[in-house]
Amino acid sequence: MIKLREVASKLGARILLGEEQMEREVVSACGADLMSDVLTFTKCKTLLLTGLTNVQVIRTAELSDLCAVVFVRGKIPGKDVIQAAKDRDMPLLVTCYTLFEACGRLYEMGIEGCPPKVYDNE
Amino acid sequence: MNETNKMKLTYDVVSGDFDRAGEASSAIKRLLQRLGIPADIIRRIAIGTYEAEMNVIIHAGGGVVMAEISPESTIIVVTDKGPGIPDIEQAKQEGWSTAPDYIRQMGFGAGMGLPNMIKCSDRIDIASEVNEGTKITMEFKHADKV
Repeated sequence: MIKLREVASKLGARILLGEEQMEREVVSACGADLMSDVLTFTKCKTLLLTGLTNVQVIRTAELSDLCAVVFVRGKIPGKDVIQAAKDRDMPLLVTCYTLFEACGRLYEMGIEGCPPKVYDNE
Repeated sequence: MNETNKMKLTYDVVSGDFDRAGEASSAIKRLLQRLGIPADIIRRIAIGTYEAEMNVIIHAGGGVVMAEISPESTIIVVTDKGPGIPDIEQAKQEGWSTAPDYIRQMGFGAGMGLPNMIKCSDRIDIASEVNEGTKITMEFKHADKV
């Protein structure tokens, strides 16, 4: 079982919000800047890695039941976005790794894509 | 809740107000959680409603989200007086979008809205007239009785 704290450590991430929620379990993750895709494809309780820092990210995370949001490329969201996440108990992390690198590091830990693929074409 | 105790709520959706986009969906989600509807069904309702709410904010001049909650199901009706959808079958195609670039920069407008509403709901009805508006009705059955 991988905890959010281990994810933060692996990504050298700064915990912007949710220090008390670092014991949350992370079973899967998705990397996307397109919130439409997050809404369409993710399953609940997944971790979102994104380069987008607007309030729609928090709303998407809330409505899709995601477990936390990691902002990549060192992007720090504005105060309004952090407040929106605080109101919804959504932990926020910031890592300086790129989206590809951050996802790779988590995959290496045993965290799988959510979903690994969207259509079965085999 | 019992048969005679249906809940009906309406929320105004303001055109172009992206800071408040999703507030109606969020309020409906919290209410359903209080009513004890199973989490996976609430998730489908929340996502389907949010997609419809975003569409109204992006494409139409504002509109109304109405939720009718009974023990058996939640019905979401989203109406607007926007430009309407000229070709509904085309709009149902994944990837078809008329959203402007600034919407895409916000992470939306990928042409997944209507397909996702179809996927999330148990029944959907899309009625639209060009220059008059659009009415989307989605039904979500509650697997467990409330």
